[in-house]
Amino acid sequence: MSSPVEREPLLRVEGLTKAFGGIRAVDELNLAVAAGELRCLIGPNGAGKSTLFSLLSGIHQPDAGRIVFKGEDITELSPFRRVRKGICLKFQTTRIYRGLMVGENLTIARGKVRGTNGRLEWALGVLGLAGETARPAGELSHSHQQWLEICLALATEPELLLLDEPTAGMTPEETALTADFVIKLSGQGVTILVVEHDMAFVRHIARGVTVLHYGRVFADGTLEEIEANHEVRRIYLGEQ
Amino acid sequence: MRGPLGIFSRVGGRQDLGRGAAFWVAFAIVALGLVAFPLFGSAFYLSNLANFFVYVPMGLGLCLLWGYGGILSFGQASFFGISGYVYGIVAQNLSLTPGASLLGVAAAILATVIVAALFGYFVFYGQVSAWIIPLLTLVLSLILETFMAQTAGYQWRIGHVLLGGYNGMTGIPSIQVGPLEFGGASIALYLLTVIAMLLGYLGLRLLVNSHFGYVVVGVRDDVERTRMLGYNVARMQVTVFALAAGLAGLSGVLYVSWGNYINPSSMGLYAATLPVIWTAVGGRSSLIAVTLSTVALKWLADSLAVRGGEYAFLIMGALLLATMLFFPAGIVVSLNRLWRRARRQAP
Repeated sequence: MSSPVEREPLLRVEGLTKAFGGIRAVDELNLAVAAGELRCLIGPNGAGKSTLFSLLSGIHQPDAGRIVFKGEDITELSPFRRVRKGICLKFQTTRIYRGLMVGENLTIARGKVRGTNGRLEWALGVLGLAGETARPAGELSHSHQQWLEICLALATEPELLLLDEPTAGMTPEETALTADFVIKLSGQGVTILVVEHDMAFVRHIARGVTVLHYGRVFADGTLEEIEANHEVRRIYLGEQ
Repeated sequence: MRGPLGIFSRVGGRQDLGRGAAFWVAFAIVALGLVAFPLFGSAFYLSNLANFFVYVPMGLGLCLLWGYGGILSFGQASFFGISGYVYGIVAQNLSLTPGASLLGVAAAILATVIVAALFGYFVFYGQVSAWIIPLLTLVLSLILETFMAQTAGYQWRIGHVLLGGYNGMTGIPSIQVGPLEFGGASIALYLLTVIAMLLGYLGLRLLVNSHFGYVVVGVRDDVERTRMLGYNVARMQVTVFALAAGLAGLSGVLYVSWGNYINPSSMGLYAATLPVIWTAVGGRSSLIAVTLSTVALKWLADSLAVRGGEYAFLIMGALLLATMLFFPAGIVVSLNRLWRRARRQAP
């Protein structure tokens, strides 16, 4: 028997709407994410995936609707306060401090009091960054830069991690490594939402999938259900 | 690194040029030389050097704000001026009270920091575009100059102190602590400016190599990124802006203690541009570079001014242009890079 508090999802989005010019990038979107969940968001270009992330992280303010995190309405909260509440975003394009050393990037990300659960050190080891701390971040390979950015987000010890295209530009091997890493990270209790175009990655993760289309949730289910859905195949997976 | 030794490793950290033992030995020799200089230097040289060193805190403040924080400001002169005038008003009004000048110093720097924090609050919490900030700060300086320039006449007085319009405020007492007077040609003021310069440099070097300093650099390199790591970027920018202003305020107080006089042109266009020139020419990414260039360029400007005031303005402008064209990172910083490259290539 679960209490009402436990039934409350970690993240609840209600009627979220954001228009740019005349275009509704996110249109009365509803979404609930349970604690510990690992879910992929897919959808055609312009479906509103990145806009949803920018609304969740506070980069943009919604025109309507609300965002509830851990039972608290955070719709009006500034981005840095959301990070402190436990939501952290990995940007779509890599945004690391390219002129600073890897270790200095981490110093900034770690903050003064955070960095106690050892997860960051584990991640640095798995992703091959542990020995790179004295190297300028801008000199890392593309995939290592992506991984460093994930580590920067992890250093804030998020409860909800938003990964926007974490494997963009990676080789199939690197994509598989990233997927394995994300699965392990999820196993440690971090709730993760991933926006990803690469279906190989989504299949590797093989968890819940939410399909966005025209700024709304178009379909929602397990990987098998989504892949078996004819409408989804028509709009996104490319079946005629 | 923690513990008492942590300070030493931090002050020698990566966020400035000059990290080896050779640098610190040279630094110690120069510092000792400057402290010992009154033993053999004449009062004339002491007074001149003090006049150059007075401006170092203001230059260092801009170095922190612009070079490390990414915020170009023409407002350092306005904070220099505010501080000078407030000191003049307080110290002169309370001239019969013991400790009046120290009260003046505290009031001057406090007023400067408060004005800067208020100005910074509206600019940074309002998320004004970075390229507008130089214009806003320049306008602040020019408005203050224009306002102070029209304060001629007996009606413009605070207590019994006349603001003095374009002719400025005269008769400002030097800082006095007990029997020690920090006047223009005194050894005391010379040593005070040396200490302000050295402590300002070391203190800021400690700061930029601290966690706070790295976050300041992070804000410079990517505001959004840093915000997304949970930092209140606006508050950090206001803090750095106010700190830079406080350092300009320190320069302002030292200046009026040296010259017993301040006028509105200390906040004018030329005065507002000078700290930017010192910082750009030396190399804004390095505290030691800006310390050196502030002293060198102040000396150069004064030498040129002796031959006619207009030359100084022209040559400073030309120097800034030449630096931006040929040494965008600043002369001292570029020379350091060349030297390091040469050393690496040497067998």
